[in-house]
Amino acid sequence: MAVEGLSVRYGRDVVALGCIDLAFAPGGFTVLLGPSGAGKSTLLRCLNGLARPSAGRVLGPDAAPIHRRLRAHRRQTGMVFQQHQLIGRLSVLDNVLIGLLGQRSPWTALLPPSRAERERALDALERVGLIERALTRADALSGGQQQRVGIARALVQRPRLMLADEPVASLDPVTAERVLDLLARICREDGITAIVSLHQVEFARRYAERIVALAAGAVVFDGPPALLAEADIARIYGPAHSPQAAQEEYA
Amino acid sequence: MSRHAAILAADAAAGRRHAALATVVLAVALGALGVSGFFDAERFADAWPAVAQISSEMVPPDFSRWQSWLRPLADTLAMSIAGTALAVAFSLPLALLAAVNTAPNAVVQQLARLLLSFLRSVPEIIMGILFVAAVGFGALPGVLALGLHSVGMVGKFYAEAIEHTDPRPAEAARAAGAGPLQIIQRAILPQVLPQLADITLYRWEYHFRASAVLGIVGAGGIGFELIAALRLMAYDQVSAILLAILACVVVVDATGAALRQRLR
Repeated sequence: MAVEGLSVRYGRDVVALGCIDLAFAPGGFTVLLGPSGAGKSTLLRCLNGLARPSAGRVLGPDAAPIHRRLRAHRRQTGMVFQQHQLIGRLSVLDNVLIGLLGQRSPWTALLPPSRAERERALDALERVGLIERALTRADALSGGQQQRVGIARALVQRPRLMLADEPVASLDPVTAERVLDLLARICREDGITAIVSLHQVEFARRYAERIVALAAGAVVFDGPPALLAEADIARIYGPAHSPQAAQEEYA
Repeated sequence: MSRHAAILAADAAAGRRHAALATVVLAVALGALGVSGFFDAERFADAWPAVAQISSEMVPPDFSRWQSWLRPLADTLAMSIAGTALAVAFSLPLALLAAVNTAPNAVVQQLARLLLSFLRSVPEIIMGILFVAAVGFGALPGVLALGLHSVGMVGKFYAEAIEHTDPRPAEAARAAGAGPLQIIQRAILPQVLPQLADITLYRWEYHFRASAVLGIVGAGGIGFELIAALRLMAYDQVSAILLAILACVVVVDATGAALRQRLR
């Protein structure tokens, strides 16, 4: 997975990302770090074609541009969203089954889910520890549980790549830690390449094998967490902020 | 047996309940079609000659009298706008009284609902006849009939939109010490303004079509010309008037869409 010279502009003069080059090694756990508006979401959304680059290329795991075979690329790419993006009035199981829609052929696209698909979805729910809630309405679950449903929906795809856009930003710190533990464990066990955006430096340090920090649409740090110094953090969040102040402001 | 047999069975049972409900709905729909003679093939077979006859008389449309339709069309446009204005003026306060989350108390809420149901249940053509009897022929009885009947419908839709608003911003306003009217004005209405506009604009378009029907009972506008042509069995003029109405509805609809864009 790689991006080459990736730029994204909204309108005439809003630059979300300015000419970025990055490569992601298979099986790694990369954290995109940076304040709101740094371009983390835009980069993640480019990686599965939800956002279109204004310039540059996005290359999939097979080194071919993803736009050439977009649906095939999305099939093997799971995505976890900040706001969970579940349908509240459907059951947890029906929400997870949405993750399997990309696997259907055009002829079976609109058929009800098969028994095999249901079993696969239930297996995914078992792995995130929500098998007992499978037939509960999604909106009856807590925020942390809803995000675990979001992870199950991505997991059921058996993805090679997992993109998570601020997966714990709307959760309390204790729940956030549990959700990140789960996400990191599953990606490690299944050898899934993970790219996760976070704004908390502490979480990034704890879970990342590699940190890519963005500020104002540019890469300002790229390396292992051990090399991330206080000076780098000041650069990411602006010189006026101490790391603590940055944490509070963007939490 | 699979490991998830119990859950799959419960899920399948839920699916069967939904299917059973859908079957009942389908059966009722088919039954209603049957009762109204929809499956009586003979009646359709007999219908063809008449349909073919009238259709052939409808083409080509006869636009020769178009100049005498301009004024009635303008009247109809004025009626549709005036009727909509009347409907909105009475619908909004009634909807606020009829919505659970803005009604002062349950008694008022039920009374407002009752009034809306009553207005809805009197067909506008009956209202048209009553108002023609009361204030005489012309556009005025049409406007009154359209407006009053629509209050029942528009008020109900407004009330439902208001009930579906997010209660949390209202809570924030209440926490800041806002009174009930302030909460409605500053926390509830801003949320539903686009929906209210959608309902209103749809109703405007509906009023344009409905005012054509009201012409039948002497309530002015293009409908009066339409019924006159029908009485003379001048079907080529009928089709021309219908095309003129279609053109106006398209213009009204496009105007509505443009206004809606601005109210996002």
